[in-house]
Amino acid sequence: MSPVFALSLRSIANRRLSVALTVVAVALSVALLLGVERLRNDARASFAQTISATDLVVGARGGALQLLLYSVFHIGDATANLSWAGVEHVAALPQVRWLVPLALGDAHRGHRVVGTTAAFFTHYRHGEARALAFAAGGPFAEAPARAQDIFQTVIGAEVAARHGYRLGQQIVLSHGSLGGEGGPRFADHADKPFTIVGILAPSGTPVDRALLVSLEGIEAIHIDWHGGAPLPGLKIAPEHVRKFDLQPKSVTAALVGLHSRGAVFRVQRQINTWAGEPLTAILPGVTLQQLWDLVAVAERALLAVSALVVVVGLAGLVAVVVASLGERRRELAILRALGASPRDVFALLAIESLLLALAGIALGLALLYGVGAAASPWLAAQHGLQLALGWPSAGEWRLLGAVLAAALAASLLPALRAYRQSLADGMTVRT
Amino acid sequence: MSLHWNGSAQASTPTTLPATTPIHPQALSAAPAPGCAGATPAVRLAGLRYRWPGAAADCLAIDALTIGAGERVFLRGPSGSGKTTLLSLVGGVVLPQAGGIEVAGQALDRLSAGVRDRFRADHVGFVFQLFNLLPWLSARDNILLACRFSPQRRARVAAAGSTPAAEAERLASRLDLAPELLERAAAQLSVGQQQRVAAARALIGRPGLVVADEPTSALDADRQQAFIDLLLEECAAAASALLFVSHDQRLAAHFDRVLDLATLNRAGNAREAGR
Repeated sequence: MSPVFALSLRSIANRRLSVALTVVAVALSVALLLGVERLRNDARASFAQTISATDLVVGARGGALQLLLYSVFHIGDATANLSWAGVEHVAALPQVRWLVPLALGDAHRGHRVVGTTAAFFTHYRHGEARALAFAAGGPFAEAPARAQDIFQTVIGAEVAARHGYRLGQQIVLSHGSLGGEGGPRFADHADKPFTIVGILAPSGTPVDRALLVSLEGIEAIHIDWHGGAPLPGLKIAPEHVRKFDLQPKSVTAALVGLHSRGAVFRVQRQINTWAGEPLTAILPGVTLQQLWDLVAVAERALLAVSALVVVVGLAGLVAVVVASLGERRRELAILRALGASPRDVFALLAIESLLLALAGIALGLALLYGVGAAASPWLAAQHGLQLALGWPSAGEWRLLGAVLAAALAASLLPALRAYRQSLADGMTVRT
Repeated sequence: MSLHWNGSAQASTPTTLPATTPIHPQALSAAPAPGCAGATPAVRLAGLRYRWPGAAADCLAIDALTIGAGERVFLRGPSGSGKTTLLSLVGGVVLPQAGGIEVAGQALDRLSAGVRDRFRADHVGFVFQLFNLLPWLSARDNILLACRFSPQRRARVAAAGSTPAAEAERLASRLDLAPELLERAAAQLSVGQQQRVAAARALIGRPGLVVADEPTSALDADRQQAFIDLLLEECAAAASALLFVSHDQRLAAHFDRVLDLATLNRAGNAREAGR
């Protein structure tokens, strides 16, 4: 081994405190950079898989993004509805394996109420085709025979956590999707409260923030309503709703699964060009990607900021090594007298800076995995975010390579300075 | 009339000067001791001029100076006499603008900078006034550092049937350094101990030349002579020539020859004459 390499190690050991602080700074910056990159990828993956295993989302004619936003993310409102005839037409297409209707428009304390069928719990998938799981209870009753079973609801994890709801508790829905706490509130369906029969486990999807009820339930609370307000003088008690036809006339959207994914474009075209009703069918994955591209600017800005933090960390490292050069001038002169060439001096400093940077990178990785392993259960429980703790991805290796290249470039600075200093000083420091 | 190293005389004898040819009348006073004639001189300067980059006048102009193999020369050099420059030239850290410099028979100006560095490691040991050691290395590792940079020193230690570690211990004990001191960090040693460690480092692997630059000026007066005696003794044992530079004439007692840099350096004379 070169005498210079061993000397580098000893010289580092001699200045362990300042060196340790610098290494920690680099480690934190590297951990931040890789953490941001990892979270960015996981967030994108988790976002892109907000809804999976659903081949098409069908709604009234309109923009694809808008349809995705109101049907899956519960953001904004549909301008038109999908008629029940349209739903039946799509469900009857030979390629369609399943269809889950969604009826939106009511809310509970700022959370959207989604009217759907019990098939929602079997067919709605997120992540790698993960089904919704129940933290407690089970799905609401399908096609309930008894009137009181109509008024059952399954609530998302966040709804339950936020309001401390438990199974069996009764809650009141409000009319209008804007009916949030503090927001404009039209009217409550106070006469027909719903009983919580199920609480979902966190999924990291908008379902966490939603309440699910049967389509019949949605229909039932609106029997004595017209045009968004209760009909004056008409009051139908919950126990009597069974006497009415609770078949919805229209829904907001429908999730569709096909027998074969290969048919997706054909079915999409068939729905879009159906003469019976102006409909729009979208591929959720494609539209999710478009949506993500909208927010990708912020995500890239975050990455850029953390890259800058790495630059700051490396700059600190260079500053510490360069500052040490002043006090080490005599040491370098001694080495020169012993026969070290200016090139040896250059190598000594370059190796030293590079070793520090490598130590910082290694510690940063250890930090990232340590924090990741520690935070993973919490993230999964609180946010349904599945943190991948595997080997660094290709993108992360590229980032690591870039950090290493930057560290290499940074290490040249003190090395070059020492080289020129030792050329000028020779064996004796002239003061 | 100075003989230029790169002149036509070089063509026939590229690396050495004819040992018997008087180069300059002044060279007579700077000739090696008679006993050393014949062997390759440790140092030989001829017609040497050096001017620091950007300086208006020469800093050093020595017409001739020869130090024989194993010879012990005391060079009196008050500060400002070009002492540091001379040592840098002997070490091959800088090259003269004119004239030649040979160390152990090798013309330094014929070597590239990198080879000169290695050559210095192999053939010249330095002891400076202060700050000779890397403070964070042990005394032992400081001594061994000289071998780390020099394959030749290692080879010579091996040829003598020893190892660098054993040789470092032997030299340390010869220089009155207790074995337990060797394990201590250099920064924890007294100045006198540090200077002896530096001497051991200069001597390990028997370089042809040891250059000591005011090595005793940081020592107590009663320690100075003891250090010099040890250094002379060990240089003799290693058959190394010793170029001992000091402003203090009182230390010159045990040397083969005493020279005065102020007299040798015609650049300095010229400056003084002009004053």
